[in-house]
This record gives sequence, structure tokens and C-alpha cells, in this order.
Amino acid sequence: MSGKILMLGNAAVARGAYEAGAAFVSSYPGTPSTEITECAADYPELYAEWAPNEKVAAETAIGASVAGARAMTCMKHVGLNVAADPVFTASYTGVNGGLALVVADDPGMHSSQNEQDSRNYARSAKLPMLEPADSAECKSFTKLAFELSERFDTPVLLRLSTRVSHSQSLVELGERESVERKAYKKDPMKYVMMPGMAKLRHLVVEKRVTDTMAYAEGADINRIEYHDKSVGIIAAGIAHAYAREALGERASYLKLGMVWPLPELLIREFAANVGELWIIEELDPFIEREVRAMGIAARGKTDFSPCGEYTSEEIRAVVLGEPAVCADPPENIPGRPPVMCAGCPHRGVFNVLSRMRLTVLGDIGCYTLGALPPLNALDTCLCMGGSVSMAHGMEKAAGRDFSKKAVAVIGDSTFLHSGITGLIDIVYNKGASTIIILDNSITGMTGHQQNPATGLTLRNEPTRKLDLEALVRAVGVDRVTVVDPFDDGATAAAIKAELDADEPSVIIARRPCALLKGVRYTGKCVITEDCRDCGACVRSGCPAISRRSGRPRIDPAQCVGCDYCRGLCKFGAIGRVE
Amino acid sequence: MSGTNIMIVGVGGQGTLLASRVVGGAAISAGFDVKVSEVHGMSQRGGAVVTYVKYSRQTVSSPIIGLGGADLVLAFEPLEALRSAAFLKPGGAVITNTRRVDPMPVVVGVAEYPEGIADKLRALGFDVAEADAAGIAAECGSQKAANIVMIGLLAARRADFSKAEWLAAVEASVPKRFLDVNIRAFEAGYAVGS
Repeated sequence: MSGKILMLGNAAVARGAYEAGAAFVSSYPGTPSTEITECAADYPELYAEWAPNEKVAAETAIGASVAGARAMTCMKHVGLNVAADPVFTASYTGVNGGLALVVADDPGMHSSQNEQDSRNYARSAKLPMLEPADSAECKSFTKLAFELSERFDTPVLLRLSTRVSHSQSLVELGERESVERKAYKKDPMKYVMMPGMAKLRHLVVEKRVTDTMAYAEGADINRIEYHDKSVGIIAAGIAHAYAREALGERASYLKLGMVWPLPELLIREFAANVGELWIIEELDPFIEREVRAMGIAARGKTDFSPCGEYTSEEIRAVVLGEPAVCADPPENIPGRPPVMCAGCPHRGVFNVLSRMRLTVLGDIGCYTLGALPPLNALDTCLCMGGSVSMAHGMEKAAGRDFSKKAVAVIGDSTFLHSGITGLIDIVYNKGASTIIILDNSITGMTGHQQNPATGLTLRNEPTRKLDLEALVRAVGVDRVTVVDPFDDGATAAAIKAELDADEPSVIIARRPCALLKGVRYTGKCVITEDCRDCGACVRSGCPAISRRSGRPRIDPAQCVGCDYCRGLCKFGAIGRVE
Repeated sequence: MSGTNIMIVGVGGQGTLLASRVVGGAAISAGFDVKVSEVHGMSQRGGAVVTYVKYSRQTVSSPIIGLGGADLVLAFEPLEALRSAAFLKPGGAVITNTRRVDPMPVVVGVAEYPEGIADKLRALGFDVAEADAAGIAAECGSQKAANIVMIGLLAARRADFSKAEWLAAVEASVPKRFLDVNIRAFEAGYAVGS
């Protein structure tokens, strides 16, 4: 194994971009795609940045490509929804420098709000899509994406999934290719998509689909592996890895490295040479429908679920009828949902909202955990920025009396991603909603990425720090309050005052994430003999506080000494040890 | 199937990710093909987390382990060991930390933490070893090194790699300034496990 190193799939995508001579990466963080861009930033030869959202990131990468550089943008599956507008038309304009659009799906929803299948975008936008199965393919397919992009004048989609992005396997490193930036040439017929030009480009797109289909027929990333021919498996990406482990040489395989367009002739050849044909793919029956449309009988979603992840053990059970032998899972095991950390600043706001029994429109971030017991504080969680606009829609539909008991909560990074446009809507259309920006000074949930409000770039270089107060005032919000969410009384008073005001208001609840390096709480909180067991501290949902032997107790191993619980105790029964 | 499938389970924030990278590193230096599947993201903190390490003299295809697929579960928290029972092969091994971390349903009183977890696992036919990894780590100088104590416990019971390969993998995975405490933690876990 000499010369090979263990590498995360996401790191291997970044390595592939580096070796392909890519010069530009712009992305918005999103699990499971985030580390690609972080790893890309470790190569000084690449320019890498965080954009405020996926649409901006994609447009920026498209700009870099038109300027002649090899460019990449990376996002999670729902990020592609945000970026879809530029992506669909970039399919028409084509590229100058190679353009790779990397999208990471999340079957099983480890960290997502839905389980959509990005392959449908490849078909809709008429773009080639590659799907690697391990880290070595992450690297080689990324390099191939740039080549195909330039060869066929098209953006190329690279589809990952959580298990490919977040698994480590062996990768052999190569040298960086020396790629000159191509010259930019003004070409309105290619880059100005007005109807007259776009009609002509659509013809080019359709011809390209035919050309890439012909390429797929002979591409060595689409390969047949014959063993026992009584069972034939068509699979791509991680699903192929599961099937290969499950069935070994008891089946033959058509492994598709390119999942769109599909190689019809190759599929027909394979189907003709095997007995029972199975399409093994997580999520939608994307390949299966195409195969059936060719008039070929196949099993797939007939026997497998479109929901969640597959495993090798499940595939062996379904295809070969050999279920795994395992212990009966013990019953009544308490669940362990993720919790807001000890010291989390969001706890202060949600504890107040929970007590006030407000309708709370939630958003995407660590603070979505405010929905879970014991806080039970959220009513909705839809998409990035959705909280702000939904609050406005609810007010217009249900009336001002309703909106006096409703707030939207949204994180600093999410607000800048797409909450600001909802706030403009509220001001413009004479709404009176109250928006709470949970400013913890970082993009938290995805693992601490900088954003425009932190004053630092992706590479931790100082930059102009966005002023949230000035921004919300500039769109026309006059009532802007800043509170410390750990000041329970002040937070409650601010929320009450702003709900009563008949105009739009923004409360910025500002305290940094307890996990940030600069945050240094000291000492531990301890419950003293003055405790009357009222439960106020337990109800705050701090994981350090439990009732193991009846009365509340603070676990010193988990307590960070943030003192939030001390402010909640009416009896002064929580002390400190330094 | 000549390979070894290890599940590392625990509570987000306990350092299971680093532990899985140490095992993966030891396996690669011993010349195995390796796949390590991880869990990322701050929002997993406090929640149940699972990572997989699979190594084999042959190619490892899938990075994850399904029901009845694990040779060994390395559990950083007893309840998570119990939760993994159905993923073990019959007669599989469990190495578990004894230090319990109450999940939120237990904290707020809507669920009870199961008693006698090791005995429950033994009754299912598994080979169970227990140690207070957090306590051992504290004696070594940092409770945060409990994950490396767990690695020491694992190293003592799996002969696939040499002690030198384990130590090199620890050294490659932990920050330099914490190396000494982590080496002590490994040795302490190794001694207890042997």
C-alpha cells in the first residue's frame, strides 16, 4: 500500500480539484459537503471562499469558469435547490474553463431536512453527472469532471452521498496539472441568454446530451464485471460498494461511474447476458425507471425502500434470501437525540420562548434542536431562511393578534444566506413580525465556518465585518435590540416589548458559541443545599443537569461553567467552584 | 470474509471520530485495506454517534456495517453498547466504558436508564469487557484522553497490529502538545485490557 494514504472522500474531491489544476472554489457550508471547500483552502494554489449562499457560490464559480479558470462549487443536496437557477441556465451557456458542480446527498438524513435525490437535477438540467464510490474515485472523477466539462462545453455534476463524503479510504496522490487560464472572449451568442440566443443554445444542449450519451457508452468508468451471471446488478456509487460486498462473485455487475446520461447500449448488453436483473440504488428509482423505459424487466424498488440508506446485509437478505443472523435488539432502550451543548447561547432564547408559549418559526442550524424536549420550543423548520418569510405569511393570513404571539428565530449565517430577503418582504409589505437573530458569531452546525458577520474569511484572514444592526436598519427596520441570551430577564423583556410593537422588529441575541476557541468559561456550577427542587434548571435542557437520584445535580464532567443556570435559580441555590 | 469490522459508538463530543482514525491508521500501517466511516457536524453533539472501521487483507468495499455485521463494538458509553447489540455477529466482542452519560429522555424523566447492561449483553452471548475509561484517563492527567484509553483497551484485545503500530497511529492522530498524556492513556488502557 506504499504511496497511498487514508483520505476522507471530501478531502479527495478537493485533492482532485487541486491535481486537475483548478484555480477557484466557492461554496456555502452544508453537511455532508463542507470539508471539500475547507480542504481546498489548504492548497495555496487554489483560491477558495465561503459565499453567503449556494446561488451566489454557483454564480461566482460560473463567473470564474467564463473567465477561463477551472472552477468548482460544492453544496449539499438542498443547496442545489438554492443554486438551481444559475445551474439550469449555465447548462445553456456552457463553460470556458472546466466547471465542476459537486452535490452531496444525504440518504438516511444524518443531517438534513429532506432526502431528495440530486440525480433528478442532472436529467432536468441536462447535465452529465458522475458518481464516485470511494475516495480514490472521488479524486479521479473530480479530475474527469473538469476534462469532460471542457470537452463537451458543459458544467459537470459530481454526486456524492454522506457515506462517500464522510468515509476514509486509500488514495494515491498525484502531481498538480499545469493548466493555463483560457483567454476570455466576448461571445454574446453563448453567454447572453436572451430568448433569441437561448433558443439556439437549446439546440446545442440537446446535441450535447446525445454526444455525452455516446461518450457514456464507451467510458471506462462504466464497466461490466462478469462473475455468476444468474444475478446481474446495475449500481453506482456507494450502492455499488454495498452490493459488491453483499454479493461478491455470486453476481455480475454493471458499475456506472456516470449516472446521467445512461449508456443504453451497454445496459442492454449487460441485461441480455445476465439472468435476474437488479437495480441497486438508494432513494429514487432513477436508473430503474430508465431501464424499464427501455423495455427491460428489472427488480429494485419492487423489493427495496426508497427511504433511507441500504447496507450490504440488507442487500444480501433481499437479493439472495440470506438474512443476517443477529441478536434481537433489546427493547425499551432510551433514545439519545442530539442536544444543545452545555454553555450553548441558544438555550437562553429557547428557554424564554418555551415559557412564553409563543408560536416559533424555526430555521436551519444547531438551534433547530430547540424543537426537542424539554424545550419543545419550535413550531416549524422548513428551509434556509424560511422562518422569516413564514412568519410574515402567517401574520398576513392569521392577523396581527396571531403575530403578537409568534416570532421567527434564525442564526447569523442563515439570516445572511436567505433570511434578509424575507425581512425586506416584511418591511415592504407593512408587516409587524418580530425576528430573533441568534448571533453566535459562527456557522455552527456544519462545524464552525466563518461567514460575513464574523469578520474572517475561509482562510481566517481578517475582512470587513458585516454589521447586522446596520444591515437590518438599512432595509427599514427601526426597532433593533441587542440582548445577551444568558440574561433571562432582559431577553424576556425584549421579546415582550417587540411583540407588542406594531411594526417590524429585530432582536439580535448575541453570545458566541461555547465551542469557539476564544470562549473560555472557567470553573463549574454546583447545586447547593438551598435547592428547593423547583426544576427551573432542569427544564432549560442543559445536558450537564440531570435528576439521577431525584434532585437536580450538575455533572462536573459536562458543566462548562457558563453560569446560565445560576441566573435561572430563584433561590440562589447554584454556586460555583473554581 | 477475512476482514475485521469494528463499530465505535458513543455520545457526540466523546472523541469517537479521533478513535476511529487511530484504528484506521494502525490498520493501514499494518498493510491492510481500510475503510473508515465517520459522523461529522456539531449538531451531533450529545447525540448517539457511530463510526465504522473495516480492514481486510482483501479489498474492503462498503464503509459501513449492517445488522449482524460487526466483530467488535468499542463503546464509549454503556447505553450505546446496548443499542449496538443487533449489529454484532453472534458471539461478537464488546469493550465498553462504564461511565454512563444520561440521554435527555432520562434527564427529563420520561425514560429510565437500563441497569446491568454488561450482563444483558453477556446474556445475548457476547464477550464483554468493561473499564472506567474516564477514570483511568483522569488518573493519566486528562479526562479528555478517555478515547485513547479505549484504544489501549482495544489494542490489548486485538492482535492484528503490533503495539508499535498502535502507538504510531496514536501519535499521528493527536495534537503534539497532548501527546504525552495520550501515550500514558494508551498504556494505561493497554495494561488494564491485558
